[in-house]
Amino acid sequence: MRILGCLAALFLATCGGQQLNPTFHADENPTALSAWGVVNVKDNELALGKDVLPYALNTPLFTDYAHKLRTIWMPKGMSAAYREGDVLEFPIGTIISKTFYYPVGSDGTVLKAKDSQPVTQNTGLNLTAHKLIETRLLVRREAGWEPLSYVWNADETDAKLTRIGAILKLTLKDIDTETDFNYVVPNINQCAGCHAPNNTTREISPIGPKPRHLNDDYVYAGGAMNQIDKLIQIGFLGETPKIRPRNAIWTDVSETVEARARAYLDANCTHCHNPVGPADTSGLHLNPENKSLPHLGICKNAVAAGGGTGGRKYDIMPGEPENSIMIYRMASRDPGKMMPELGRSLTDKEGVQLLEAWIAAMEPVCE
Amino acid sequence: MRIKLSIKNLTAALVLASCGNNTAQNLGENLSENSSYQETLLTQLIDAKPGDVITVPAGTYNFDRGLSLTVDGVTIRGAGMDKTVLSFKGQVSGAEGLLVTASNFTIEDIAFEDTIGDAIKVNEGDNIVFRNVRTEWTNGPDTKNGAYGLYPVQTTNVLIEGCVAIAAADAGIYVGQSKNVIVRNNRAEYNVAGIEIENTQGADVYNNIAVNNTGGILVFNMPNLTQYGGDVRVYDNEVYENNTKNFGHKGTPVASIPAGSGIVVNSHDKVEIFNNDIRDHKTANVIISSIFTSNYAEGGMEETFDPYPEQISLHSNRYTGGGNSPDGLDLKALKTAMFGLKGKFPDVLWDGYINEKLESAQICIQDDVEVLNADMPGGNKNPRVEGEPFACKLEPLPAITLASVE
Repeated sequence: MRILGCLAALFLATCGGQQLNPTFHADENPTALSAWGVVNVKDNELALGKDVLPYALNTPLFTDYAHKLRTIWMPKGMSAAYREGDVLEFPIGTIISKTFYYPVGSDGTVLKAKDSQPVTQNTGLNLTAHKLIETRLLVRREAGWEPLSYVWNADETDAKLTRIGAILKLTLKDIDTETDFNYVVPNINQCAGCHAPNNTTREISPIGPKPRHLNDDYVYAGGAMNQIDKLIQIGFLGETPKIRPRNAIWTDVSETVEARARAYLDANCTHCHNPVGPADTSGLHLNPENKSLPHLGICKNAVAAGGGTGGRKYDIMPGEPENSIMIYRMASRDPGKMMPELGRSLTDKEGVQLLEAWIAAMEPVCE
Repeated sequence: MRIKLSIKNLTAALVLASCGNNTAQNLGENLSENSSYQETLLTQLIDAKPGDVITVPAGTYNFDRGLSLTVDGVTIRGAGMDKTVLSFKGQVSGAEGLLVTASNFTIEDIAFEDTIGDAIKVNEGDNIVFRNVRTEWTNGPDTKNGAYGLYPVQTTNVLIEGCVAIAAADAGIYVGQSKNVIVRNNRAEYNVAGIEIENTQGADVYNNIAVNNTGGILVFNMPNLTQYGGDVRVYDNEVYENNTKNFGHKGTPVASIPAGSGIVVNSHDKVEIFNNDIRDHKTANVIISSIFTSNYAEGGMEETFDPYPEQISLHSNRYTGGGNSPDGLDLKALKTAMFGLKGKFPDVLWDGYINEKLESAQICIQDDVEVLNADMPGGNKNPRVEGEPFACKLEPLPAITLASVE
């Protein structure tokens, strides 16, 4: 054992700490994640490739309490263009990655816990304390964005391309509870379930890197800095206005419940629930631009919710979260009833609590 | 404590150590893939190219997750609705059995059973054909069943023919927010709504059998949606004994349908109902109503929504029986008060809501039937049987033509 370890150390040492250079594959889809060089396992850590920028969202999408390491990389000399209310316009060659992982207990359970420290160019993700699940890529090719999904092997040496997805049986450990759940790796078709926010054009696109989601600090190797400023500093982004939109951080109790709730709905629902999205069939539009009360769900009956109503009358019953369909569907774990339809098997308890508080504070207006 | 070091790790370390082209070969065991038919079909759907016909041989196949198709021009073809069965009894993921977001799609000769949510949903697409497809919840009517069997929404040029839809907790065959639709030669039974046409512009519904549902054929218009409905013809159908207890979920629009409803028009304009056999519905053979009767909050409606059913035409229909045992205490009491214990409601039940801006209710009935105006706007104080206001005639609505129909 020891000899093997030394051997491995020796081989690694030959790299002299040199980072991998990411590679943009214009056409083919490598079966191994490592072929992209965006994130790599090194010295028992998941490390970033050279010039790969990590980022976080002010308020992210809930995925069964998985932690997410998000990165952006683009070929040298390339940069994205700023778009106020939309995803940054990225150049061909851009690779966006998202690695889903959990803090892991000694018995193999995954832990419900906060991020311990952000991954930076200097500090990778410790793989003794964390379990890697999958890494999803969005690659900007000539013809558009290509979604790719890689599942990590049990030894956490590399991840392998999957097209049909997978269901992984995991157990989530909270302070005093353990919950078995099916972690669902989406199949390639299902990527469009969230990443085609316009159901008419059906163009695949990133949904996270919008100015309003990025507009806050990240603690980089060199210290904390606003993420948009950082993108500009390293040449990944062109000019931007001085004043940029900003979503609330949903867990930041110093912000208003209204702002936090709308930020939560934006991150978790808007990719479908917008006026041109797949869920426009419901008439429920949860995008931050929507100002219409019925379209926000206030006193609005469900259209085709089936069992998703939970026997409740309105999407949002002001003042009565316990009578609001939105809360029922967020709390449900039944795939035929729950919202979002994709991307979770567990209930985001803290998210439900936030939305309950938001609805509870509304003035009753339905007849 | 996990043991990290192994030969595999060493191999990986070696590969990493080269620092060059990283095409790691040894990835350990695959977590995801098994060799079931589910994997075969999932892969076929993902790999599909326009023009492909995916054939599913006879047999029963089990699925634990939903299927999806995103490629235009694909046909899925089984060996017959009783021979090729996709069973979703063990489904743990996906909100429907099959979700299609593509155009020029045909599915035929296949059955979907026991999906956890909707059976087959097509969300936006042109030229959609469902032919000889069965969707069924095999345990029979149950609130826990999925909502819709066949579910095209925001589609154009849709043909649904020869299908069978059983035991959906909402509608067996549901066409929503679509344009240019033909629904013919189908059988819908033991659903809450047998066939439902909603917010759809231009639909011909004919030669269908709707039996043993809560409501047989529904034409509904709902607020807050991308389009409002019009020009729906319901003709040559056999609609009978739709008396199954309403097992819909409270809060859904169909949950307000009384058991024993034949053909129901709600808040919809331009509906022509003719030459149907409508019989033995315990509440009423035909119900015409406004959304005000189905528990809507005015604040929850877009202002552009017209809640009144207008330009509704009934002619040449044959009515038998029914009206003898309406669903719900209010209707029961109303029937007894007006017609006695052994009496019956007239064939047509109307809630009485009128658009004050119009000169008439714009409901024209050429059939020799009576209409009960339930006087819902007046709080049921003055319910009455009326004939005269409906003695008008409307122009026939245009027929639908579809390229997929020879």
